[in-house]
Amino acid sequence: MTAAPTRARTGLRYAAGLVLLVASTAVVITIGPADIGVGEVWRTVLAHLGGGERVLSPIRDGIIWHLRLPRTLLAAVCGAGLAVCGVVLQSLLRNPLADPFVLGVSSGASTGAVVVVVLGVGGGAVSLSAGAFLGAVLAFTLVLVLSRLLGGQLDRVVLCGVAAMQLFSALTSFIVLTSADAETTRGVLFWLLGSLSSATWTEVGVCAAVLAVALAVCLGHGRTLDAFAFGEDAAASLGIRVARVRVVLLCATALLTAVLVSSSGAIGFVGLVLPHAARALAGAGHARLLPTSALGGAIFLVWVDTAARSALDPQEIPVGVLTSLIGVPAFVVVLYRTRSRR
Amino acid sequence: MTLAADRVVRTAGGHLVLDGVTVDCRAGATIGLLGPNGAGKSTLLRVLAGLLPAGGGVVTLDGAPLADLPRRVVARRLAVVEQQVDTQVDLSVLDVVRLGRIPHRRGWAGESAADTAAVRSALAATGLADRGGQSWHTLSGGERQRVQLARALAQEPRELLLDEPTNHLDIAHQLDLLHLVTTLPVTTVVALHDLNLAAMFCDHVVVLRAGRVMVAGAPVDVLTEDLIADVYGVRAVVSTEDGQLHVRFRRAGAR
Repeated sequence: MTAAPTRARTGLRYAAGLVLLVASTAVVITIGPADIGVGEVWRTVLAHLGGGERVLSPIRDGIIWHLRLPRTLLAAVCGAGLAVCGVVLQSLLRNPLADPFVLGVSSGASTGAVVVVVLGVGGGAVSLSAGAFLGAVLAFTLVLVLSRLLGGQLDRVVLCGVAAMQLFSALTSFIVLTSADAETTRGVLFWLLGSLSSATWTEVGVCAAVLAVALAVCLGHGRTLDAFAFGEDAAASLGIRVARVRVVLLCATALLTAVLVSSSGAIGFVGLVLPHAARALAGAGHARLLPTSALGGAIFLVWVDTAARSALDPQEIPVGVLTSLIGVPAFVVVLYRTRSRR
Repeated sequence: MTLAADRVVRTAGGHLVLDGVTVDCRAGATIGLLGPNGAGKSTLLRVLAGLLPAGGGVVTLDGAPLADLPRRVVARRLAVVEQQVDTQVDLSVLDVVRLGRIPHRRGWAGESAADTAAVRSALAATGLADRGGQSWHTLSGGERQRVQLARALAQEPRELLLDEPTNHLDIAHQLDLLHLVTTLPVTTVVALHDLNLAAMFCDHVVVLRAGRVMVAGAPVDVLTEDLIADVYGVRAVVSTEDGQLHVRFRRAGAR
């Protein structure tokens, strides 16, 4: 928050970020095996939104409208959502290493997914996404109940989250190693590492709607999150109803993470690293930090996913692998910075 | 009567930390909480601040039970400076002091003129007017203490609770800080270790031992050689010069 910029300048920054996001989306859609220009992308999108004639062949039209566009939008929504969850959890838990998966959500989702895919629970009526979502919610509920039993303080929440993460990871490994054939294992592994390749408009819609609600809740708690800088007692003495805020924000971020994870798998490190980058840009005040993180996360994941699907074309790298390859060095820097402060 | 504790009980881990403590604060007075380590001073302050619930008895603010008041209303009346707080967040001095305005702000509105004025006068009162841009992480322990006091003053409280605020401060800043809080038009409850500072600045002292009030009253009446020997287990000579009480300690083993 050093040298607080004026409102006009903040507005200008958001506008620039939005323009960059829209331009990135338009550009990355042109990248891929089928050669498509930016102009064609615009015309196709306009046509589908009811503003003109379809100009492309059905195949090229389908590539834009049913493959690349939903995938790119899902990348933007996931990037924004994971970054926002990271910001909120790092502030609330007062832990610079917290990420959206610290509450056990991603491991719960992976267990839910393998229970459906490998063990065939639900007999095909339950989709992988639905199984993952149920697993994520179950894991988070377990964390919340367990931490409440242990006194409810936020350090307990972190410990319970880590415990749940270990438990569900072990369950997932156990199920995969004892029950899955090689082909299923490969498919599950690919999903676990995070992939946007199966994006559909339905998923984009659901994720975007949940992101909108969760982002509104978090922005509404912007000043409250600022008050947590010196811990829960300090927040309480500044008039914050700590117990209520804790439950509301933990549930909002866990639900958003669960929805994102069930459609894209566990894309790591966006939620850990982007908040730190956004803090360097926007300062520590959450009124600016939250939108900045959302925009930064969206732009970041749009480009990383493009690299993931086109770098080794025709083979696809799981996007979670690529975010981690970029994320790990950044993680080391974060560790180094927290070390040098003590 | 502004802030008052009536027969407050507090247990932690099956152990009585506060055992029926009654404290009544006269408006505008400075009340010192004295007693050895573990006597319950910090716990009593936290119960008075509403940060810990009382297991028995009641804390009242203007006669209304503190626990029934909305936290935000309490935060506009009553500010707390705790010992040794720290943050991971990269905040400037100004950012920290601005936190004190949170209970006064509503909705999406930006900082009001009243907010700006309160922050500026809190910085000025604590001698930090030209330090607003400095990073919290580069401050010394004593400077952090002053920044936290400035944050508390920015809350514009009528009751101020301080837990050993003179820790980490050099002697000049100890005197400055206590002079400042005792001359402010607020009711102050301050936990102190230094008996001479308590005698200099407090209107009323409450001596705690093992969670009970041993004695309470004006410093000249309370701080006697017998009481110091009894409560702290040390021998001291108490004298009065120019209307000021002085406590001098004897070395252990000295006759």
